[in-house]
Amino acid sequence: MSDTGLTKTSIGRKILMALSGGFLMFFLVMHVTINAISMFSPETFNTISHFMGTNMLIQIAMQPVLMLAVVFHLSMGVVLEMKNRKARTNKYAMNNGAANSSWMSRNMIVTGIMVLLFLLVHFVDFWIPEMVTKYANGDMTGLLPDGGMRYWEELHHKFANPVKVGIYVLAFVFLGLHLMHGFQSAFQSVGFRHKKYTPVIEKLGVLYAILIPLTFIVIAIFHFTTQQ
Amino acid sequence: MAEKFINVTLKIWRQKNAQDAGKMVDYPLKNVSTDSSFLEMLDVLNEELVAKGEEPVAFDHDCREGICGMCSLYINGEAHGPDRAVTTCQLHMRMFKDGETITIEPFRATAFPVIKDLIVDRDSFDRIMQKGGFVSVNTSGNTQDANALPIRKEDADNAFDAATCIGCGGCVATCKNASAMLFVSAKVAQFSLLPQGKVEAQERVKNMLHQMDVEGFGNCTNTGACEVECPKGISLDNIARFNREYMKAAVLGSE
Amino acid sequence: MATLDSKIPTGPIADKWTKHKNEINLVNPANKRHIDIIVVGTGLAGGAAAASFAEMGYKVKSFCYQDSPRRAHSIAAQGGINAAKNYQNDGDSNYRLFYDTVKGGDYRGREANVYRLAEVSGNIIDQCVAQGVPFARDYGGLLDNRSFGGVLVSRTFYAKGQTGQQLLLGAYSALSRQIGKGKVELFGRHEMLELVVVDGKARGIISRDLVTGEIKRHSAHAVVIATGGYGNVFFLSTNAMGSNGTAAWKTHKKGAYFANPCYTQIHPTCIPRSGDHQSKLTLMSESLRNDGRIWVPKHLKDVEAIRKGTLKPTELKEEDRDYYLERRYPAFGNLVPRDVASRAAKERCDAGYGVNQTGEAVYLDFKSAFQRYGKEKALVEGVDNPTPAQILAFGKEVIESKYGNLFQMYQKITDANPYETPMMIYPAVHYTMGGIWVDYNLMTTIPGCYAAGEANFSDHGANRLGASALMQGLADGYFVLPYTIGDYLADEIRTGPISTETPEFVEAEKAVKDQIDKLMNIKGTKTVDHFHKRLGKVMWDKVGMARNAKGLTEAMEEIKQIREEFWSDLKIPGVANGMNTELEKAGRVADFLELGELFAKDALHRNESCGGHFREESVELDGEQKGEAKRDDENFKYVAAWEWNNTPGEAILHKEDLKFEFIELKQRSYK
Repeated sequence: MSDTGLTKTSIGRKILMALSGGFLMFFLVMHVTINAISMFSPETFNTISHFMGTNMLIQIAMQPVLMLAVVFHLSMGVVLEMKNRKARTNKYAMNNGAANSSWMSRNMIVTGIMVLLFLLVHFVDFWIPEMVTKYANGDMTGLLPDGGMRYWEELHHKFANPVKVGIYVLAFVFLGLHLMHGFQSAFQSVGFRHKKYTPVIEKLGVLYAILIPLTFIVIAIFHFTTQQ
Repeated sequence: MAEKFINVTLKIWRQKNAQDAGKMVDYPLKNVSTDSSFLEMLDVLNEELVAKGEEPVAFDHDCREGICGMCSLYINGEAHGPDRAVTTCQLHMRMFKDGETITIEPFRATAFPVIKDLIVDRDSFDRIMQKGGFVSVNTSGNTQDANALPIRKEDADNAFDAATCIGCGGCVATCKNASAMLFVSAKVAQFSLLPQGKVEAQERVKNMLHQMDVEGFGNCTNTGACEVECPKGISLDNIARFNREYMKAAVLGSE
Repeated sequence: MATLDSKIPTGPIADKWTKHKNEINLVNPANKRHIDIIVVGTGLAGGAAAASFAEMGYKVKSFCYQDSPRRAHSIAAQGGINAAKNYQNDGDSNYRLFYDTVKGGDYRGREANVYRLAEVSGNIIDQCVAQGVPFARDYGGLLDNRSFGGVLVSRTFYAKGQTGQQLLLGAYSALSRQIGKGKVELFGRHEMLELVVVDGKARGIISRDLVTGEIKRHSAHAVVIATGGYGNVFFLSTNAMGSNGTAAWKTHKKGAYFANPCYTQIHPTCIPRSGDHQSKLTLMSESLRNDGRIWVPKHLKDVEAIRKGTLKPTELKEEDRDYYLERRYPAFGNLVPRDVASRAAKERCDAGYGVNQTGEAVYLDFKSAFQRYGKEKALVEGVDNPTPAQILAFGKEVIESKYGNLFQMYQKITDANPYETPMMIYPAVHYTMGGIWVDYNLMTTIPGCYAAGEANFSDHGANRLGASALMQGLADGYFVLPYTIGDYLADEIRTGPISTETPEFVEAEKAVKDQIDKLMNIKGTKTVDHFHKRLGKVMWDKVGMARNAKGLTEAMEEIKQIREEFWSDLKIPGVANGMNTELEKAGRVADFLELGELFAKDALHRNESCGGHFREESVELDGEQKGEAKRDDENFKYVAAWEWNNTPGEAILHKEDLKFEFIELKQRSYK
């Protein structure tokens, strides 16, 4: 049957959700690691940032893949949510969802949209200026007018505003809630389930969902509190 | 443990037929024995309604011992009510308190349209089964001997556990997405675990999945609610297996 | 009028079926496509038959009152299915299964039918395994067996306590496959309300769509009634709420003889009644008697203390317990057949030894089994010198793996934990051996009308052995009807499509509509359940486990009276042209009110005790068997087939003499 391909069936789509989510989770590890370095060594952070920002393989190959994964994960999430809503048009007068499932698992679309809104802020903050500097203005040097590297400075100054820090902290809480279900859900979706290993994956998922957003939060607060 | 008598207020979904809009109606009920089952409590209500000349509340039920899968009901926000590992007919009134208000609704899903009051049409399950919920073997006095093909005990036991699904639709009713994955996966898993079912495993998984999607059930988002509410404790293992079997068929399959 | 020709083939018992199959007519595959068969009921017999017919090429219409074929009450059978496979090397054979079944039925079954049943029993297991039915297996991957009442071998195949469910889902999947192929047209939520007979042949049915209330005509070249038993005539039984005798009864009124209605099985191990609200009784599988021991206290003072709650059953010493089945029947002990076990429980309770408030309960105790299995498992697990607590825990584990779902079911219903305190059980109406009379081909006295499974009277005589109902249902559906129906249909290949516009169809439809109108227009004051409960009480009190002439005569009169009241004081709200659950019930109870009277009449005329039918006037007065049921072969060695004659009380008796050529008629002893 031709219409049972990955993109056409409900299971196929959720497998793609899991794979794109998994890719994003891998990216997050990289992102948080590099950012964490900013707390210890501005030089190393600058070096890595410059490499990531100017390496053509990363810029031309990896960056579009990442963008695609983000766009796909988001739009498929919305499409599936809409389909799911159509699967029950008459709502229950009384529904005790808490009796059988976690809040996180039932509100992936809420936490997901919050993360999406944050991503827009994040893009305006970092990605768009980056693109303007590098590709519109053609400045690939990564240097400030005074001759120092710009990456750490830019990052550091973004967190001078307490409102912005607040938004970031809140966003990471939502990200954490999203990951709390998303991590283990991705494994289930691709059919990885095992009496011995699934409990381990569930614990890892909780650890991941706390550790990654928490580190991001610590980084934001670190930069806010170390402003001169 | 001793029998008590309680008073309850029932909020019940009343809907004359498929076209009717329907609404919740309140019925106070006195002196309900805590030893009676939930459906026996509804029998008492219906006796009272008929005596008053009103139409009794229509609800699906048959075996009343938790095996036929006919009874349904969404009770106080949960499929088959607040108890675990039971169908509505096995739910007993000792689970409720004196003076409690009990909300009773039909299983709700686009693929389970309401027929009347609390009765819904679950033919969509049958149609999924008709697409592949079987081993293609005709009746014949000449099949090979039952013991000709040993089956690992663990596989036989897991297949049995999956096969205990009673097709009540509680998983669909519970799922926030009205997904039928637990039901379909149980059948897929049963046959994919047994050598007799392996032969046509790829066609089966594709055809049943396709029909499931066509019927308008939602997508599985792994909330796990179905497993918690399932009267027979059908495991999420089956859904994972279904996902695997689908990948095998979609990625490795010839078509 | 039709005569009772059982059409039993000649020749040695082991060759009859093969010879018959070789000699009967066949329908050529091209012709099968033009022949319609209606199958009413989708349980093991109906589901298996409909699927098999469709596989053979016939056009099939399948009917069930439930929303899906998968819900037929065969699904509730727990313990297992017999087959003479001799996998356990305990000397089993077709002959032994045949012999046990005839003896178990107290020599009131038809030898040839029973032998055929035993003969195809092995095929059933093969077929089901091929369909993917997950029977229990041992660690070597081969099929496991357990033992059931009334036999001395282990021949019962099982799937935990859900064997009926697994077998039914097997038949349902085969049926689903044919529906998917368009070979079977399914009519779910449809009830058969009349049989249509044209020129003496069954040519169709009239059905009511339970959702819309629409009355429809359906024609076919043959009609199969596979609608189960009529145990719900007792109101309280282990049957499903919807199980009914209407299809069978309408068929009877159209000319099919009804055989042995009084043969009813009262199952010994059911959860006792708890109160007036009760709507049905729940079975605890007979397989529990493999490991549970049945007892009541020896002394009445202990009974009183237990009822008051001052003494727990677990505290009662071994020497103060009366394991009455082991005492009375040392050879079979707790595994005596169902009729014997039920009567023994009633005897103890009537004598005042019942252990619950109503005085109608005995204990089923797993204490010894916990010990036995616990020690065995400790040994296997390599635990030297296990503590009593360890043994108990191991024992409970083993029992849970065998009967977990039954123990859970018991706890949910009674709120008592059977792992901690013995189960309380009492007999309840379970199965009806009687039913529509059929010949060797399973054809009723109406040509072209067949009856299969529990709906027919055939194989179990006066008492059915455990795990034989599933065997019979599937045998009829998979391996008997598909052959025998061809013998009749071979003459129908030139008939062509059957019109539903003939006067017979018009008249049958009118009769159905008239009855519905009549029911809706009584506009009395009492509910359907009111009458059903009254009928049930009369049946249980006077036509139940022990019967006598006085009670039965009274019962016939009382049932007639309830029937008259029913037709003058019934109240049905709502409308007929839409879903109306009260109307559905009313039609069924109207038929039970007639069937109940014939039931009592049959019990009254059969002045002997045999199997499930126990007449107080017919007991052994002395000797080793003193107090046991006394069969009267001289006067009652026949099938009583009743012909409808305007009212059930006036039914005309026809006798089919039972010939025992291959088994010697003996008194049934389990001592």
